[in-house]
Amino acid sequence: MAQPSKKPFRWHIAVFLAPAVFVYTAVMIYPLFNTLRLSLYSRVDQERVWVGLDNFRTLFGDAIWSEQFWNALGNNTWFFVIHMAVQNPIGIALAALLSSPRLRFSAFYRTAIFIPTILSFVIVGFAWKLILSPIWGIAPGMLDAIGLKFLYAPWLGKEEYALTTLSLVSVWQYVGIPMMLIYAALLSIPDEILEAGECDGITGMSAFWKIKLPLILPSIGIISVLTFVANFNAFDLIYAAQGALAGPDFSTDILGTFMYRTFFGFQLQLGDPHMGSTIASAMFGIILIGVCIYLFGIQRRLRSYQF
Amino acid sequence: MTPTTRTSLKGALLATTLLGAGAAQAQDVTLTIESWRNDDLSIWQDEIIPAFEAEHPAIKLNFTPSAPAEYNAVLNSKLDAGSAGDIITCRPFDASLALYEAGHLTDLSDLDGMSNFSDVAKSGWSTDDGSATYCVPMASVIHGFIYNKEAFEEVGVEVPETEEEFYAVLDAFKEDGTYIPMAMGTNDQWEAATMGYNNIGPTYWKGEEGRTALIAGEQSLTDEQWVEPFRQLAKWGEYLGDGFEAQTYPDSQNIFTLGRAAIYPAGSWEIAGFNTQAIFDMGAFPPPVPAAGDTCYISDHTDIGIGMNAATEHPEAARTFLNWVASSEFSNIFANAIPGFFPLSDAEVTLEDPLAQEFISWRDECESTIRSTYQILSRGTPNLENDTWNASAAVIKGTESPEDAAARLQDGLASWYEPQQ
Repeated sequence: MAQPSKKPFRWHIAVFLAPAVFVYTAVMIYPLFNTLRLSLYSRVDQERVWVGLDNFRTLFGDAIWSEQFWNALGNNTWFFVIHMAVQNPIGIALAALLSSPRLRFSAFYRTAIFIPTILSFVIVGFAWKLILSPIWGIAPGMLDAIGLKFLYAPWLGKEEYALTTLSLVSVWQYVGIPMMLIYAALLSIPDEILEAGECDGITGMSAFWKIKLPLILPSIGIISVLTFVANFNAFDLIYAAQGALAGPDFSTDILGTFMYRTFFGFQLQLGDPHMGSTIASAMFGIILIGVCIYLFGIQRRLRSYQF
Repeated sequence: MTPTTRTSLKGALLATTLLGAGAAQAQDVTLTIESWRNDDLSIWQDEIIPAFEAEHPAIKLNFTPSAPAEYNAVLNSKLDAGSAGDIITCRPFDASLALYEAGHLTDLSDLDGMSNFSDVAKSGWSTDDGSATYCVPMASVIHGFIYNKEAFEEVGVEVPETEEEFYAVLDAFKEDGTYIPMAMGTNDQWEAATMGYNNIGPTYWKGEEGRTALIAGEQSLTDEQWVEPFRQLAKWGEYLGDGFEAQTYPDSQNIFTLGRAAIYPAGSWEIAGFNTQAIFDMGAFPPPVPAAGDTCYISDHTDIGIGMNAATEHPEAARTFLNWVASSEFSNIFANAIPGFFPLSDAEVTLEDPLAQEFISWRDECESTIRSTYQILSRGTPNLENDTWNASAAVIKGTESPEDAAARLQDGLASWYEPQQ
């Protein structure tokens, strides 16, 4: 049998990949590894010296640092829990409603709910600060109009409510994303399956629970992971609404604001790029572990259906 | 035109330009000034620079400010690259001290004009032991309370001088109900520390006496005189507007300038803004003293200084300019152009703005000091200044007792500052 002639090296693949690889390396991979590297150094008398894992020992061992770190991680977890418990169920419910063929004006609802997602977090932070403001805000007036004034509190200024309030603002902003993804997944379910179900007497709500939900589970998994990564990298909304000190009394401090304050400094506190990188590395580790748990623990168990 | 003639013409033009520049350089020296005060650009160009150049025609000035938030980073990289201007505007305390230690700023202790400044004024730009001063103090901001004169007349109260009178006035406004007694919020935290704690605090820790004793480790933050300001702040909560917990700094400014509040714990930097915003007459009073006849203390915080780049090519011209900045002539121009930023020199200054006059008059009656957390004490981790913001806000809200807050600050300070251990 004649050997097939050796294929020529396909240069065009390398050429076409090169720009993307180059840009990605320059703006993502290099900074990532440089941040990890920075966390292993410290500055002593104007000189950068290798300190190994000392920075991590300080971060987790020194009460001053570890307290702030666990506080930020705890707040971050709560931020994530609210998103998982509120944003994703609402997103799924909205998608289910939108995909109902009997709903009128569904394109309008879809657009209206999605619009906050494309707004800048600065606008969202500022607008909600004004809405909730005890002085100029419309929240106290609206509650008063329906006789519920007693429910009003300066939410953003109270330790016990501030983080939950901001989480809900973030949910309001981003609920459009799970809605759109689930909506797309629901549309891709073939009608034959639903019709076959109908023949077996599965209609209405039970069609959703027994047929549609299992079929969109992989999408829900992806949304959960996206939410996890986005929440543990969050920074902007808290910074825009509460500033780098994440008041009141650090009750809204999440890993992102803690890292920002440490890395760039704040007011009289001089920036410390090395401790800042250490926190950034810890964030990277946390997200990596979370994503791995999902990939190896959950995604492999999800079954895919071939239509 | 043939190519040859074109080239030679270019060459000739180039030569004239070079010659011209060379000739100008031989006569004049141009000093470039680095600054973060881009708000003051027109004042420098229209008032300060012409006044200086009229006296020193051989020296030209070029004021090149950058954005405040970027200034430190931009300046550092320019200094490292050797492209920074001849004159450097100095941030107070550690940021400039680091530049001096890195050899970027010159020791100016022997400058003639330095004798016009008190030690407190120089403290922002001196080494820890006070042996070298590397920037000429330019301006400070004074803390106190600005009040709505019309509101005071309407409710029929007098300007308070003692603590007791202060709370009596606040009570009167609270009872009357037309005005929010005091406009301040705790959302942004820094007002509570800067316009609260460091405004009234010096009265209790006796200004410089307490501040230097704290740095020396002879007093601690849990001592009576350092806890008392927190006890006072704890009483403020009930006089602030509804929902003050979520009230921001701009909210407070607006509440006051719209005439909804009677008293505003202030820094003098507000004067220019309030003058344009408020339609009522304003007055100011210094922090009230515990008992009638007690010495009053004010926070007269050093904010802007000006120094010389160690790498400048024109050290003589730079010194001439800095000496002029230290003179009363500069002080007068500067203070009137930017009411609310007060010159630090001992020279007599005549201010035209009545509110600014009121603020600066306290220098004669009261002892001056600077904010307690700024010199040396905010170098470590945890950062004392940031912690003070947090503690002051918590005490006003009533979520932390004054004693607990003071103990927490002391623990934090003692964890890294040796004299306090």
